[in-house]
Amino acid sequence: MSGKPLVPAIEGWHTMEAKPHLIGTQCEGCGTFFFPKQNHFCKNPDCESTDFREVELSRTGHIWSYTNACYKPPAPFVAKEPFEPYAIAAVQLENEKMVVLGQVAEGLSVADLKVGMPMELVLEELHETDEDVKVTWKWQPLAS
Amino acid sequence: MSNEIAILGAGMHPWGKWGHNFVEYGVAAAREAMADAGIPWKDVTFVSGGATIRCGYPGFVAGSTFAQALGWQGAEVNTSYAACASGSQALAAARNKILSGECEVALVVGADTTPKGFLAPAGGYRPEDPDWVRFYLGITNPTYFALYARRRMDVYGDTLDDFAAVKVKNSLVGSKNPRARYRKCFTAEDVAASAMVADPLRLMDICATSDGGAALIVSSLEYARKMGKGDAPRVAAISTVTPTFASSVVEMPDIATDSAAAAGVDAHAYRSTIPLKAYEEAGIGPQDIDLAEVYDLSTALELDWIEDLQLAPRGEAAALLRAGDTALGGKIPVNVSGGLACFGEAVPAQALSQVCELTWQLREQAGDRQVQGAKVGITANQGLFGHGSSVIIKK
Repeated sequence: MSGKPLVPAIEGWHTMEAKPHLIGTQCEGCGTFFFPKQNHFCKNPDCESTDFREVELSRTGHIWSYTNACYKPPAPFVAKEPFEPYAIAAVQLENEKMVVLGQVAEGLSVADLKVGMPMELVLEELHETDEDVKVTWKWQPLAS
Repeated sequence: MSNEIAILGAGMHPWGKWGHNFVEYGVAAAREAMADAGIPWKDVTFVSGGATIRCGYPGFVAGSTFAQALGWQGAEVNTSYAACASGSQALAAARNKILSGECEVALVVGADTTPKGFLAPAGGYRPEDPDWVRFYLGITNPTYFALYARRRMDVYGDTLDDFAAVKVKNSLVGSKNPRARYRKCFTAEDVAASAMVADPLRLMDICATSDGGAALIVSSLEYARKMGKGDAPRVAAISTVTPTFASSVVEMPDIATDSAAAAGVDAHAYRSTIPLKAYEEAGIGPQDIDLAEVYDLSTALELDWIEDLQLAPRGEAAALLRAGDTALGGKIPVNVSGGLACFGEAVPAQALSQVCELTWQLREQAGDRQVQGAKVGITANQGLFGHGSSVIIKK
């Protein structure tokens, strides 16, 4: 690595430890989870609560579906040169009963994935700037 | 008490990448619809436009922009924006005006000019905007279509050959449609040879963005009878329902679905709820449908829609396709216009273009694309931010 400090690409959306968690919120009234965080109004039509607590979401789940990006996305995506395709997974979190998208860890392709496969959250570089390395959450098959 | 209205005229500017002002397409479509209806412009008392958000202020006030272009004559105007459902929402506004008795004849118009390449979000660092977030993390529009397609493969056993067969089917009918942008008959080999964009979808599985315009002249049933058009096709239902919490399918531009963790909350797949209100309102069921125009943003998505419309049990749309049932001449032809595969998407015009096709089909004016004996047709589409629509047209 470059020796530059690792900083989250989006501040406050995940923890920075070796086994990271996404940071969401949970409604104090009805228990609905939110990612990204929701702090002002609950989207459950039966709930009028305005109280939310910050929570770490489950860091494991199962693949709902997956794909890849064969072409370089437009800005604000910052692509490596030359562009390397990467896989993407939509992962179902059982406890939160929600699906969260993310890139799949480097070196893995769609051939390595299957609907229902257990996955875990990791942190990897999204892109580098002059000052630091921006990291984000990615999914990878759960180490058995 | 009937809540039906009559479709007296339909018109479209051909789809393409013409690069002209969207107003030109809208006016051309409107003039064709008025000529088709035999209604002079000055008899129109309500103009309902579908907005385009890519063409500046005139696009935000499309209803008045078209009215001014056709020549101010004092009609009331409305502009609707509901992403891909904009045209249906504009049609619903016209229906409300007619059924309330405030208006007898309305013009509904949508038109768009699309930029080249990816539709990119505004710049800067804006993590509060889900559209900015997903592009920053590398998630583009085809990502979502591909997730749905892959799930069909892993859960239902659909194959790449099935998806290619949708393209082949639609390009065959689209080749017979003079208003379509792509009129070449593609083969399964052509699809397989096109570049992979988002596995399992190739370039030819995904629809393009196009310029185009579509328009309808609609009236009360009484007005239609008075002018000797009592047998004109009717709008029997319009559904523009929003999702029901918790939405279980990850939708563009979101990075996550709703959570269904709260007590008493179930997960719902939005797409399948859109036609329910249309069926209920029209008082008919899927068994009554003769043909459907659905939003095939990807080839695989056409198969999802067939099941969402309940034209096949969940997971069995590919079997219908393989049997030839969804082709012209089959039991339940789908996208005999050629669909988005042959048109490309012109957002505010697209939902209206679906209704135009059904209108011509029910009048038996669809030429080489004619579905024999078509009496009832349904449209379906879905766009961003909880917008979707389904319209039922019947004789």
